[in-house]
Amino acid sequence: MPILKADKRLVKTGIHFMLGNYALVEGAISAGCNFFGGYPITPANEISELMSQRLPEVGGKFLQGEDELCSIYACAGAALAGAKAMTATASAGFNYMQEGLGYCYTIEAPVVVADVQRCRGENYASQADVMQMRFGASGDYEAIVVCPSSVQELYDYAIWAFNLAEEFRNPVIIMSETTIALMRERLDIPEAEKINIFNRKYTDLSPEEYKPFASSEFGCPDAAPLGKGYHTIYSLNPHDEEGRIDWDPIVFDRLYKRITGKITENRKRICKTESFMMDDAQYAIIAYGSEVRPAIEAARMARESGVKLGVLKLCNVWPVPEEQIAEVSKQVAKIFAVEMNIGKYASEIERVVAGRCPVQRVTKNQGMVHTPDEIYRAVLEGVK
Amino acid sequence: MSELKINPNRRFLREEKLPHFFCSGCGCGQVLNCFTQALDALDMDTKDMVTIGGVGCTARIPVYLTSDTFHGVHGRTLAWATGVKLTKPEIPIVIFAGDGDLASIGGNHFIHAARRNLDVTVIMVNNLNFAMTGGQVAPTTPEDARTMTTPYGSAEPRFDVCELAMAAGATHVERWTTAQPVQCTAAIKRALQHKGFSLIEIVSQCPTHFGRYALRTGDPLKLIDWIKEYTYTEADEKKKTPDELVGKLKCAEFKRENKPTYAGTNNQI
Repeated sequence: MPILKADKRLVKTGIHFMLGNYALVEGAISAGCNFFGGYPITPANEISELMSQRLPEVGGKFLQGEDELCSIYACAGAALAGAKAMTATASAGFNYMQEGLGYCYTIEAPVVVADVQRCRGENYASQADVMQMRFGASGDYEAIVVCPSSVQELYDYAIWAFNLAEEFRNPVIIMSETTIALMRERLDIPEAEKINIFNRKYTDLSPEEYKPFASSEFGCPDAAPLGKGYHTIYSLNPHDEEGRIDWDPIVFDRLYKRITGKITENRKRICKTESFMMDDAQYAIIAYGSEVRPAIEAARMARESGVKLGVLKLCNVWPVPEEQIAEVSKQVAKIFAVEMNIGKYASEIERVVAGRCPVQRVTKNQGMVHTPDEIYRAVLEGVK
Repeated sequence: MSELKINPNRRFLREEKLPHFFCSGCGCGQVLNCFTQALDALDMDTKDMVTIGGVGCTARIPVYLTSDTFHGVHGRTLAWATGVKLTKPEIPIVIFAGDGDLASIGGNHFIHAARRNLDVTVIMVNNLNFAMTGGQVAPTTPEDARTMTTPYGSAEPRFDVCELAMAAGATHVERWTTAQPVQCTAAIKRALQHKGFSLIEIVSQCPTHFGRYALRTGDPLKLIDWIKEYTYTEADEKKKTPDELVGKLKCAEFKRENKPTYAGTNNQI
């Protein structure tokens, strides 16, 4: 995988006080994003607005599609034509994009989608779409979903998302939230030479030798430039290594095992977590996105009360960081699954924990993030 | 016996995909033939081209071409094309879409791509129904026609897709039929040379579904005769009274004009 350094002309090195949505845009531009297709929706509008200004400055293309479907498919077309393409939307708009995401997974188009989760009809905070991120489209596929918890991480994870998309030729979803997207915070943008950039690998073969979907059992095929005689069929239908549409059982089996296996078999490469106060922890919170913030504060409060509580922060929710969650379950007497919905990802945590310790759900769907006190009180109650 | 000659235009086709999957007597094969003749006449090649099909019978046409091809999602042909065109404007794009794909599920993308004057060629094969799914009513189905979902006759007025394209801003619009292969090839040639949004509508027979349900015959020759009755040319127009033309579709080169094409945001800032 060719690793490069970010282009100095794209990176606004320095200390900023920036809106979350803007930080996401700067991260994407630093990563080399040169195509954006969007459709107006709050609270993702600042992403489109800044993209429409920044992309022409860096030689990229901005499109406001007639709907979300146009945006996601234009990104698919642009990505196959060689662009680093991105779209941004919010929960309701993300519904529409599932169809296009399904196409991108199957033909292995590296598209980045930012979903700024919100509640129905308004901009109240929510993490209720965490399962949709993974299971929204029909068919067999695996999603990569990163979940920033701050303005800084919106910048950092945008770069990470593009790198993952290019490395695995798979859509990557940035699971943003109203809370961080519309927040202004300190943002440190490093020097360009400190930012690693991955670009997809193009084939060295001639059109006659090239097989568009040939790879190792769980590998990612090399890409070919569009319109250069490689005559590849990019069809949603089951296709063999040559790209030929085929409903042969073996073709099914190989295709779907490979496009899912290239993610699940590389779980270790993809998954990231961070631990807070976990060294001597007897209890642990597992949280993702903006819920990590009150969770860390709750852990501090619990420690002042003599409860040795730590936090495992999931930097990505899909694929599930199974190894890291399993490690925690071997260490602690109880896990608290904190999330801003009716209780969804907790099922995944319970599956991985497999009964090694109890998992208590700390959920909230009231349009606002947990307060540290709410989590703290739930933990004190739970450790009795 | 004379020696069997291979059609030289087979060089544009994926040999391994043949024979094609179209029903006997279907117009899609004729359209594919007209398209390869236009390529040959213009000395163009499929190899440096992107062809796009959505879902449906017509959408299968590009799968037989030795081009880079997008396929398999219903109605999104022009959305794909927009992304490709903005990224690689030099790549010629040809879209093959059925009337259902383009005028029904893809209708919104269609009017907006026409409005933007996206530089693509759209060949719409209008077989007047949803054929691949078994012959359901389409926006292009003639009023009162019997289909699998209009057993008592269609209660909806029919769409004139050429009028729609022109109203939306398409800069090159023509309609012909499979009964007019020479005109079809000529129209496709003009479209491939046109800079801007081209719509070539080709009214076509569906012997398997629309023919049998709406017209009570699966005989392609009878259906082509019916298409000749269902449509009229500028020459016919002069010979007939306005009453005789009611409910029929005109075949002509309706519009061809030069206007700036869509290139996304202006990079010259």
